[in-house]
Amino acid sequence: MPPVMPSLSLPLPSGTRAPAFQLAATPEQSVSLADCAGSPVVLVFYPADFSPVCSDELALFNELLPELQRHGARVFGVSVDSVWSHLAFARERKLRFPLLADFHPKGEVSRRYHAWRESEGVCERALYVVDGDGRIAWGQVSPPEVNPGVDGVLAALESLSTREVRS
Amino acid sequence: MSRLRRPPGPDDHFEGPRDAPVILVEYGDYQCPYCGQAYWEVKRLQQTLGARLGFVFRNFPLTQAHPLALQAAEAAEAAAAQGRFWPMHDLLYEHQDRLELPMLLSHAEALELDVDRFREDLDSHRFEERIRRDFMDGARTGVNGTPTFFPNGHRHDGPFNADALLEALTGGAGLTR
Repeated sequence: MPPVMPSLSLPLPSGTRAPAFQLAATPEQSVSLADCAGSPVVLVFYPADFSPVCSDELALFNELLPELQRHGARVFGVSVDSVWSHLAFARERKLRFPLLADFHPKGEVSRRYHAWRESEGVCERALYVVDGDGRIAWGQVSPPEVNPGVDGVLAALESLSTREVRS
Repeated sequence: MSRLRRPPGPDDHFEGPRDAPVILVEYGDYQCPYCGQAYWEVKRLQQTLGARLGFVFRNFPLTQAHPLALQAAEAAEAAAAQGRFWPMHDLLYEHQDRLELPMLLSHAEALELDVDRFREDLDSHRFEERIRRDFMDGARTGVNGTPTFFPNGHRHDGPFNADALLEALTGGAGLTR
């Protein structure tokens, strides 16, 4: 018998209201979804600071940040690591976007976003694009060992931009 | 599974016959150490498959992580403009720990390029736009780090040693051995 793998959660469906959150970005500052009203928000949930796949994934978002910002998007990484770990990680990898600490109560926001892996007590590798009205525009949960890339996020942001031009 | 959106075309750097039965596309960065390892794996694969393999290299410089990657990619493109892409590509990977400008110029001399023109192309960033096009096109097609390989048009998520790539290309159909 092959080992039974815990099944992946399904992402929150498009069109539903994105769960509110307020998470620490640094020891002094926090970020809430409400702060970002009017702008698309990209949330990159990842299992752990410094782990190999996460680093590749975040390096890619870091490289593409200007392109994501061209669509007016604000980009945040989210994991259950503490702000201190996030600061060290961001400094080492020269990350240009904030990492939010879903640290206490541990994983609470990740659970609301269906981005929680109970068996390991870490975030799933999940991506979301939230539109300027605070609704889920697109979401994806990938297996932890697969780096999802940025194509889904780019496509979602591009379709949001098109929607705005039309309306 | 992510699929390659842009099939290999006349603009691509192509090694091997264009009508080869198996085609491998790599998105790579000249300063990325994993790409440096993959370089030798691709060489092994080319030895194994010979004329049955077509290999395409597209640029995916992660400039935030690798500050010398973009200029190295520009050097390869500038060599391509003088018909010497692959020899420059090989020199860059074989001397990956030395990608500063003097070394790039010395590669250009070794390859008997018109060095003034080569240098001018680097100074004016003549090929930056092309590299950026490769990069964005890669990001849209699911490139998720470097190197990313697309054997026969599908993203390869496994290890990138020659045996694993051979398996992905030939589906274990015993094209060789």
